[in-house]
Amino acid sequence: MSLGRKKDKTVAATAGRRRKRREGFILFAMAFPLIALSFAFTYLPLHGWIYAFYDFRPGFTLAQSEFVGFHWFTVLFDNPIRVQQILQVLRNTFAMSGLAIAFSWFPVAFALLLSEIRSTGMKKGIQVLTTLPHYISWVLVFAMAFAMLSTDGMVNNLLMSLGLIDTPIQFLRASGPRVWGIMTAWGVWKSFGFGAIIYLAAISGLDQELFEAARVDGAGRFRLIWHISIPGILPTYMVLLLLAIANFLNNGFEQFFLFENAFNVRHIEVLDLYVYNLSFRGRSFSLATAISMMRSVISVIMLFSINWLSKLLRGGESII
Amino acid sequence: MDNKGIKHPMTVGNAVFNIFNYTFLIILTLLCIYPFYYVFINSISANELSARGDIIFVPRQVHITNYLQVIRLPGLPRAAFISVSRTVLGTAFSVLACGFLGYLFTKPMWGRKFWYRLLVASMYVNAGLIPYFITLFRMGFMNSFWVYVIPLIVQPFCVLLVKTYVESTPISLQESAEMDGAGPLRIFFYIILPLSKPILATVAILVAVGQWNAFMDTLLFVTNQSLWTMQFILQQYLNDAHRLAQQILAMDGQIDFALIQRMQAQTPMSVRMTVTMIVTFPILLVYPFFQRYFTKGIMIGAVKG
Repeated sequence: MSLGRKKDKTVAATAGRRRKRREGFILFAMAFPLIALSFAFTYLPLHGWIYAFYDFRPGFTLAQSEFVGFHWFTVLFDNPIRVQQILQVLRNTFAMSGLAIAFSWFPVAFALLLSEIRSTGMKKGIQVLTTLPHYISWVLVFAMAFAMLSTDGMVNNLLMSLGLIDTPIQFLRASGPRVWGIMTAWGVWKSFGFGAIIYLAAISGLDQELFEAARVDGAGRFRLIWHISIPGILPTYMVLLLLAIANFLNNGFEQFFLFENAFNVRHIEVLDLYVYNLSFRGRSFSLATAISMMRSVISVIMLFSINWLSKLLRGGESII
Repeated sequence: MDNKGIKHPMTVGNAVFNIFNYTFLIILTLLCIYPFYYVFINSISANELSARGDIIFVPRQVHITNYLQVIRLPGLPRAAFISVSRTVLGTAFSVLACGFLGYLFTKPMWGRKFWYRLLVASMYVNAGLIPYFITLFRMGFMNSFWVYVIPLIVQPFCVLLVKTYVESTPISLQESAEMDGAGPLRIFFYIILPLSKPILATVAILVAVGQWNAFMDTLLFVTNQSLWTMQFILQQYLNDAHRLAQQILAMDGQIDFALIQRMQAQTPMSVRMTVTMIVTFPILLVYPFFQRYFTKGIMIGAVKG
């Protein structure tokens, strides 16, 4: 009798498990088309890395192309002209990423100052208006830069009428290392308001009693910021900083593509733009693929090592 | 939560700090919005004045002829149609796809953890320009409208947002629906969709802004001018505004209100500014809504992102 009941139970359990399994497969079948769609545009293109090992020219098939092994990788280190180009591109990439990281405290400072404002309406207004540049495209940023900074634009007119300058400044035709600064400034202009949102949220999430207690103990405004607000948002900042470091080689493309011209090309060509120019202006598909490939591998390695480092430092917390 | 912050005593030091703080923040805010304002007032002021750079704070001799004329530029209505189509279709598909996938990832799916990890990892995978280009080329996306929509339907970050949100909603509704024999599809449409409105709104605006702003896909995959987007045509205009101004002048040659014409004649600058404003308006309309939902969304994303 008791044996029979036990058997019934196991039968029921197996049936339940089988039903669960079936359900799991049905759910997977529903998700599969969407997962496949996503992977078709992220993982599937990875097979294209094979072009880095051929002398591939647009208009031919891979079968018609010659297999050249690591030729394109060694060219980057052997051919003096290529070496010079690559060094220039890397210098620009490092300069732009380095400057962006050097100014990454700006949204933090902005959030701290904004959280010192007591008028809610004012706070909201400033917050909404400063995020506006984040939502427009680089094409629009360039259009506005064009309207305001061209030789007959508003900034030059203003400076000339104030007698500060005699001849218009060629902002958009700047050359030399100044280009790095100008590009960083546009980047900060576009992103600081949006970047501050997460810090503002972090600050308003801090325990109010901490502030009250410190106030009672006689702490002033700056001490509250220094001892409570800043330590409170530091973890968030560190995570974003580490991600920015992991993304050191990915500055993006559009900004530099749009602002690029004959005057600044030597200082604006970052990796993404270089790969584009190699491919679609120089028709060197294989070399461009080899560079992309190395970049991706280095980026992933950096991401993992930084993640590992942060786990080590922050007691097991992962950033990705 | 609306945090009022600490009330500080009215000492001289605090007053000075407040003055500097307000001044600094207001200057920053003006720096952010002035370019928009500048382009706008110049697009509605007398073109002669704006070409000279005379319009700085107040519009003068306001007129809307620029807008009426620029809309007649060859290619612009078509580009507007393409941009609106890709934004509407892309957003609708993305919200449904990311919503459904995000929901399925909360269910006991076969290999759920593995697929989810793979999806999140794909955010960090970048095959590179040429491999991506060749893959899409082979798939037949060259000069196809669908290159604007299909590659962007499933966005891992949006899936992550929806998944995290659905996990935070009470499960009892889903369970009771399951008792009544509702399948995953029915539960998704009748329970999850209405329940997840805030996060779906975030996803919708995130995708819509991305779609409207997209530029590179046209640059890479489209040579056919009838598929150009507003962003792309604006970039063309920036390089080519002089010729376009001439074109508009030629179109209006027959009007004999000489003075008005001179005042409102298109200059390269007026064409650029007017088109810039037309491309900006939709963003201006939409983005404050995003702000409301996003703070919530980014916090959810930050936990797991």
